[in-house]
Amino acid sequence: MSRVWKTIVMFVLWRTGGLRARGQQPEVDPSERHTGAPAWAELLVVAVLLLVPVAALAFVALFVLDPNTQLLGLALGTTLALLACALVLAGRWLVPQETKVEQRPRLADPDAAREVTEQAAEGVEGITRRRLLAGAAGVAGAGLTAAVVIPVAALGPGLEEQLRRTPWRAGRALVDEQGNPMLAADIIERSFQTAFPQGAGTAAEGGGQEDLGSPVVVVRVDPATLRLPAERADWAPQGILAYSKICTHAACAISLFRDPLSPSTESKGPALVCPCHYSTFDVLDGGSVEFGPAGRPLPQLPLTIDSAGVLRAAGLMSGPVGPSWWGDPS
Amino acid sequence: MNHTAKDRPGDAVAFVDERLGAARGMRWLMDYVFPDHWSFLLGEIALYSFVVLVLTGTFLALFFDPDTTQTVYHGSYHALQGQSVSNAYASTLHISFDVSGGLLARQVHHWAALVFVAAITLHLLRIVFTGAFRKPRDINYFIGVTLLALAILEGFAGYSLPDDLLSGMGLAIAWAVAMSLPLIGGPFATALWGGRFPGSTAFESRLFIAHVFLLPAIIGGLIAVHLAIIMRQRHSQFPGPGRREDNVVGTPMWPGYALRSLGLFAAVAALLVLMGGLIQINPVWLWGPYHPYIGTNGAQPDWYLGWLIGALRLMPNLEIHAFGHTFVPNPFFGGVLFPGIVFGLLYALPWLDRRFISRDYRRHDLLERPRDNPRRSALAAALLSAVAVVFAAGSADRLFFQFGFGYEGAVWFFRGAFLVVPVITYLVTKRVCAGLAREQAHPLRGWSGHVVIRNRSGGFDADAEAIELDTAER
Ligand code: FES
Repeated sequence: MSRVWKTIVMFVLWRTGGLRARGQQPEVDPSERHTGAPAWAELLVVAVLLLVPVAALAFVALFVLDPNTQLLGLALGTTLALLACALVLAGRWLVPQETKVEQRPRLADPDAAREVTEQAAEGVEGITRRRLLAGAAGVAGAGLTAAVVIPVAALGPGLEEQLRRTPWRAGRALVDEQGNPMLAADIIERSFQTAFPQGAGTAAEGGGQEDLGSPVVVVRVDPATLRLPAERADWAPQGILAYSKICTHAACAISLFRDPLSPSTESKGPALVCPCHYSTFDVLDGGSVEFGPAGRPLPQLPLTIDSAGVLRAAGLMSGPVGPSWWGDPS
Repeated sequence: MNHTAKDRPGDAVAFVDERLGAARGMRWLMDYVFPDHWSFLLGEIALYSFVVLVLTGTFLALFFDPDTTQTVYHGSYHALQGQSVSNAYASTLHISFDVSGGLLARQVHHWAALVFVAAITLHLLRIVFTGAFRKPRDINYFIGVTLLALAILEGFAGYSLPDDLLSGMGLAIAWAVAMSLPLIGGPFATALWGGRFPGSTAFESRLFIAHVFLLPAIIGGLIAVHLAIIMRQRHSQFPGPGRREDNVVGTPMWPGYALRSLGLFAAVAALLVLMGGLIQINPVWLWGPYHPYIGTNGAQPDWYLGWLIGALRLMPNLEIHAFGHTFVPNPFFGGVLFPGIVFGLLYALPWLDRRFISRDYRRHDLLERPRDNPRRSALAAALLSAVAVVFAAGSADRLFFQFGFGYEGAVWFFRGAFLVVPVITYLVTKRVCAGLAREQAHPLRGWSGHVVIRNRSGGFDADAEAIELDTAER
């Protein structure tokens, strides 16, 4: 009799989570099996199953007549949901409810393992220079690896040229996305433009709008506020500045200009902000990193204004465009 | 041999058995026992999401054109009429607007990907917090962690295919991270992309074959091994009456579990299809086509990349230059080192647990509840909270913006939180676990009260001692 009580107490403890998790549990056999499906459940499952093709047909009809995404989703989703209901109801009410106890396999077989070890050892029986052989095999592997990997180095020498080229040369005019020359008079304070080099060819020829070396951001600031290094004194005619648009952190396009001042940044000067990880580059002092993860300043493009008022590059970019790589010479 | 009609096997079974000798295996499978616990369903949800992904992905691949050559768009989406876009982007619009059921398939595929990674992540947390990674399940745990990494990679590859603005911004960052890899970075990224980002048109083909063949094949193969190992070892189980290290207690595969699990499959598929039909996701036509000179604010990647964006954002602007060369480009820290450490810790967990946390080298088939091992639970929670803080840094920017809080302040806030939150989480979790273990209360069921026991003279006792006696007997 006390065994019954014990079982009940254990059951209560188990249901309430009051049971200690550690240690061996008292011997109880949790196996059970209940059969016999209630009549209502059988009918319910039949009814739900019959609804499945109705919903499926609705999906087919919609697909043919009016493939509207929402209705299609609703119809197919309902079909599947009905199927799920039928399966779960059948699993819960129709088939025998059973809790079984299965013996867990013993995985380890120490005798067999020992035999394997011995047999493996027998495989090299009678060989005296085992270490030497293993070493030789290692050398062979290393040689093979080197032979396969070395061709990668062929990419090396041309790498710098490939990754650093920019189509900007002295005298090249700045044009907008449509190819129209950019006039100094059109650049107004507190807004920014994206410019490309004129006539630099396609990306395949080392130019074009898709090339990372091409796009520059053009902004105008009050010349009196500039703090450019001495050697860049004449790079910003009328306070117009151009910087590479490609972030030196991870190559996103720098598409925010913090000059239409937001209240939280009122105390700070105009800066270019990268939306990806918030690298912030000071436009007044030549693109130095003011905040954020970028490790290098933004390259600046020296500008001049020709007699027609068109902006032109006055020289090469001040530094390498785009992100660094391991071992890059900068 | 002579069979009477009664003990002759069913026709279908006989057909298979006479040709393959499979009856014994089928019996074994039908008898296979699944312990019942809701948390065991997380892995199944991941599995079924994968099936949905394969089905919808196959449909999408019939229409998608993995080519970044520029073309002029002439489809039924008016806002982009006449614009120069890539074939990849144009075919994504074609699937969305001109293929019957195309947008449904795309959205179901995308939702399924999000659920797939989420289910794997939750499944992993279940495994970690209940000690299910211990011997003999450590090998299978490594496979599981690998599957998580591959699922993230696979998701990112898919997200990058349509060549919309968000795809391109993500790929630019991926390229910079690849370039920052130690030693091989530059040549590796250049070889993979076929030149400097955005690379040659071959890159899109490479991405495509990785997304639709290489990665799914590896993931599918590893899932098969994962399941085979589980079945070889049998499921682990929580302790309970009659449940021991050397047995498994639960519902056998046939018929109960098979029906329930198929029901779960249908339910997962139903939910994903309903979400795909009713909740818009990744409307690429609104982002527009990608060009390297275009960026946008407030771009949010798929959720499982949030922690990488966050890590890249929180890293101070350290970049190691020496002897006229760059040695450690900044994206290395957030994009390679941080995920490397997180996954490194996950891979090392069985060893760390054996050696330092639980100091236990034995085989375990009974699970622990989080409270049973407060130190492990606290350490795992601390790691999780560190990743969660970084994740928040990658995704909470819109929230801060809403409150007019500058991004500099937000970044500093999260840098601080990254250092403080894990410590607090560790201490709190340890206390809570120890408290729960002491009181033996169930946090979810919230039971309190007395067990009433009928005594020999017919009365009732609310006697705590009786319980202790009972458990002490064992
Ligand atoms: S890409 Fe600009 S901040 Fe990272």
